[in-house]
Amino acid sequence: MQVIFDNLPTFWGGFLMTLQLTVVGGFFATVIGSIIAVFRISPVASLRGFATVYTEIVRCTPLTLVFFFCAVVLPILGVDFPYLTFAFIALSVYTSPFVAEALRSGINGVAIGQAEAARSLGLGFGQTVGLVVFPQAIRMTIPPLINVFIALTKNTSIAGAFFVPELFAAGRALVNQNGNAVIALLLGVAFFYLVITVPLGQIAAHLERKVAVTR
Amino acid sequence: MSGSAILFDAPGPKARRLSRILSVVGIVLIAAGLAWVVMTLAAPRQTSGGLELPGMFDESRWDIFAEPIVWRSIGEATVRTLQAFAFGAVGALILGVVLSILRTAANPWVRIPATVLIEFFRGMPVLLMMLFILLVFSTGALWAVVAALVVYNGTLIAEALRAGIESLPKGQREAGLSLGLTPLRTRLLIEFPQAFRQMLPIIVAQLVVLLKDSSLGYIVGYPELLRTTTNYLANFYGNRYMFSLFFVALAIYLTINLLLSWFARWLSRRTGSGSRRLGAAGPAGAGGAPLGAGEDTASAAASSNL
Repeated sequence: MQVIFDNLPTFWGGFLMTLQLTVVGGFFATVIGSIIAVFRISPVASLRGFATVYTEIVRCTPLTLVFFFCAVVLPILGVDFPYLTFAFIALSVYTSPFVAEALRSGINGVAIGQAEAARSLGLGFGQTVGLVVFPQAIRMTIPPLINVFIALTKNTSIAGAFFVPELFAAGRALVNQNGNAVIALLLGVAFFYLVITVPLGQIAAHLERKVAVTR
Repeated sequence: MSGSAILFDAPGPKARRLSRILSVVGIVLIAAGLAWVVMTLAAPRQTSGGLELPGMFDESRWDIFAEPIVWRSIGEATVRTLQAFAFGAVGALILGVVLSILRTAANPWVRIPATVLIEFFRGMPVLLMMLFILLVFSTGALWAVVAALVVYNGTLIAEALRAGIESLPKGQREAGLSLGLTPLRTRLLIEFPQAFRQMLPIIVAQLVVLLKDSSLGYIVGYPELLRTTTNYLANFYGNRYMFSLFFVALAIYLTINLLLSWFARWLSRRTGSGSRRLGAAGPAGAGGAPLGAGEDTASAAASSNL
């Protein structure tokens, strides 16, 4: 236990880095994911096709490979960024199709009569989606979206293996220095992850119940 | 075709022309983007030292694939990846079933510890678990990978099964109890088979996740596909093969994963369990069918798993 308090600054630094990865990665994943989701339901066939192929391919690629591509293959190809930027890119690209699917499943969950009613009032595609379907979809989308962000939080640990000094990397470094306190140190790392993921999960569950009632 | 067709008018001649033009523009843009990527990769590059390196599709970067021994070690690595996946999948399914039964037990002395356990393991990275098992139990890389995958995915499968059990009509349980079955037998014989079938697409989607996560073995030193290709083989034959080897590993992963996720989708269509899940999102009955009914529940389910 003492080991954890002695190394609290290291843990704290790693924790902040993990938070940063989660927030920045989540933000850009949401941006890309929203674009992909709009492509996915758009009237233009080629955009739909592109979004489908993108979703399928990225979703079926292990995150380790995405990270490896960003942190090892891209530099070989001559792209030169700090590792943190590569981690942001890898996390947001990998998470984006999951965000897109969460958004789309929310849109799919809206009763078709809603869209029909909007259409029969003479609203166009943008108005139907923006004013009628999306506001209803968003509340159904938030719990799955939070689950995506929880997964993202856990996935940031992989960045630690690709040269970003976040929680997992901090834990690993500390374990290497204090071979006699492996269990305490790793439980400490787990605690910091749980500090992020458990409250997020509670919020998701709460919102899910709330939405279920209003439906 | 998803039900999104309702979102816009049946296009008239003008709109159809516009849509076709946009489609063509889109295809051209996408093709141009792809062509640019391929050209950039194929172009020979200068290093900072002034050396000229051959492009990524140059023969000198791919010639090792003519050697059967390379394919043999790639094949063996694929088998090792699938091995971790197979052990992990079987273990996770068993653990998931057991935990879901404990989690839904009537006795709080069983239920609450199970809940805490599930919440604990669900909220932490698999990678951390792998490292923990590797260092604390010194199991060797394979069993560290397998055990972590079992624990992590087992808890997630348990949660899926619990959701399945809770979504069943109450009458199912009441009927079982009134027939004189014990609560446990009711759960096992009546509720469980239904919940399992209903949640099958989600469980298969979780298995896709498990397969993807087996690549984390790369980090804890298990010689799976990625480590074998990009580390052992690239070190042995030289770094210039890194790109090609990575490309091959990616292609193998994509093939396996796409097959599995198509299987999940096929399964969800076949069992029809998907429409029930989406049906819960909107009122049932005529006119209440959700947009894009049923068609892609497996992907919707998979969307929460990553």
